Amino acid sequence: MTKVTILGASGGVGQPLSLLLKLSPYITELSLYDLRNVEGVSKDLSHINTNSKCTGHGEIDIEKALKGANLVIIPAGVPRRPGMSRDDLFKINAKIVKSLVSYTGKFAPGARILIISNPVNSMVPIAVEQLKLMGKFQPGNVVGVTMLDLVRAETFVVDFLGEDSTLDKTKMDKDITVIGGHSGNTIVPVFLNKKLGETLKMKKCYDEFIHRVQFGGDEVVKAKDGAGSATLSMALAGYKFAEEILRSLHKAKSTMTTIPAFVYLPGISNGKEVQEKVGNKNLEYIALPVNLVYGSVASIDTTVLDNLTSEETKLLNIAVKELIGNIDKGKKFIIGASKL
Amino acid sequence: MLRSTFQTLSKRTFSSTSINPYKVAVLGASGGIGQPLSLLLKLNHNVTDLRLYDLRNAKGVATDLSHIPTNSTVKGFAPDQQQPDALRDTIKDSDLILIPAGVPRKPGMTRDDLFNINAGIVHDLAQTIAKEAPNSSILVISNPVNSTVPIVAEVLKEHNVYNPKKLFGVTTLDLIRSSRFLSEILKTDPTKEHVNVIGGHSGITIIPILSQLENCSTLSQEQKNELIHRIQFGGDEVVKAKDGAGSATLSMAYAGATFADAVMRGLNDEKNVVMSSFVDSPLFKNEGIDFFASKVTLGPNGVEKIHEFGKLNQHENEMLETCKETLKKNIEKGYTFVKNKK
Repeated sequence: MTKVTILGASGGVGQPLSLLLKLSPYITELSLYDLRNVEGVSKDLSHINTNSKCTGHGEIDIEKALKGANLVIIPAGVPRRPGMSRDDLFKINAKIVKSLVSYTGKFAPGARILIISNPVNSMVPIAVEQLKLMGKFQPGNVVGVTMLDLVRAETFVVDFLGEDSTLDKTKMDKDITVIGGHSGNTIVPVFLNKKLGETLKMKKCYDEFIHRVQFGGDEVVKAKDGAGSATLSMALAGYKFAEEILRSLHKAKSTMTTIPAFVYLPGISNGKEVQEKVGNKNLEYIALPVNLVYGSVASIDTTVLDNLTSEETKLLNIAVKELIGNIDKGKKFIIGASKL
Repeated sequence: MLRSTFQTLSKRTFSSTSINPYKVAVLGASGGIGQPLSLLLKLNHNVTDLRLYDLRNAKGVATDLSHIPTNSTVKGFAPDQQQPDALRDTIKDSDLILIPAGVPRKPGMTRDDLFNINAGIVHDLAQTIAKEAPNSSILVISNPVNSTVPIVAEVLKEHNVYNPKKLFGVTTLDLIRSSRFLSEILKTDPTKEHVNVIGGHSGITIIPILSQLENCSTLSQEQKNELIHRIQFGGDEVVKAKDGAGSATLSMAYAGATFADAVMRGLNDEKNVVMSSFVDSPLFKNEGIDFFASKVTLGPNGVEKIHEFGKLNQHENEMLETCKETLKKNIEKGYTFVKNKK
């Protein structure tokens, strides 16, 4: 019996994400929560003839939505509009995430929690600090979803090289991964297949590629012209990541070469090693490929850090500097408040 | 039916198999159905060229989807200064055209209440299809399907390009609902329940043939009636639950993508691709009913074979008579609409 709860299921990301999860063979109960429209969305999905039961829960029912959940996914929050940075969303989404995580800590303390709400770099620290305050934090159970950056990297590298290559977008996961954070300069694409990176440099589109992955989100916000930010691609990325957690929970083999996740380092078995390799003992969060055991982050795959090119090292250093500020902002939102 | 769409999400489809390049157009791609439908099509490895058309937001949806690492290109088309021929460019040379365009039902509305708006939309889209992609497989989702499919047929006939084997009203959601609702009563696996559903795509024109299922023999007549009613009015159930926010979108997207996948597999000459669909059918043509939903075998020419639906019990025969009365009117309404437009 695997119960997955989606907090924010009626939104632009929540709906298509819920649809994809309804099709997963690993889920027996799909529980949808939102402030509005969740009766309709869950009724709609409940008609699909896959094995999961689908239920909808409004504000007064959040306990029911969460109780017994193995996995809680949080896409809740407002989307970006043109001109807004992810940080502009901060004030609104910080309140939402704090509230939802505190309910999760209360009603589903053992659940793995996947944070999609932006800005992820700050929202994950909010989640972790909130759970720590409640005495409910379990290291490895709370992650920020950065999968969309990897999805974009896999797509864009083929777009840039595509004309004279036979690259298959669906098979790029051995060639590239993405580390760092989940916004702009904190996103660091790293080539596992160094030759591919070299080819981009030869074609003089390496910088353009990096920039496109880092600002892919802005590309969609601009194209949507006020109608929102990435929803469908985010739903796919969120689903892809959730599926890895579910496979791990079911002891099924992973389908990906690396699974990047944004994690809290203290408390992960080799967290200190990561801090040393990154060169910053004070860095508490970073996205890196992780090893999952029973759906939880057991350790971090640090091999990626051993083979960085000089460009990648440079990008990582810039990313870490900015990341520290984002993390601090999130932490202060919880720790600052508790001092009152 | 479920298995193939499943493969689009599992690793097995994210592996290369030899594919024919299918150009697939979605007309109404920014809507409640259009968006999740387009997402599922972007994940389908049979699609290599995805074209999304809508009056607004199609480019935003396309950009969003273009970030997904599957090997199809995706482009958005909207009629504006930059793309004055957007519809034509979307449709030109398409192999498959899905039409979810139109307005959804609100509580209290029947599918027929949508008629005037959606009939106009479908009529206009069909004009361009007739000119730009007469050989395409046309999958009509816009309600009321019982009338919009005949509208498309008449427009194609006007242009002398009508091919009855390539025109489909998508009824897949009725089959999905049948499997699901039956499995809920019997407490069985919904992926393994298959109900033969015939007739049309609204209310009493939907006829699930329960008498052909062995495991239904344990149900009382009252249970069967309840089940039939639920299948027939499953759409209303969602409209009511959405309370003004629309009708089935996500389940319809799934149904549409599942059927589109089957059509493409048929075009690929895969054997034994059998799906139910509302098609130009000989089954009751002699009674003046030109279109009827039943199982069809899909192949390189579209509809390869229309299946007879087998034996009905007395109750089902009565339902069939009522269905035919309504269906005839619905089809006529579509024909009349086109006639008046001339």
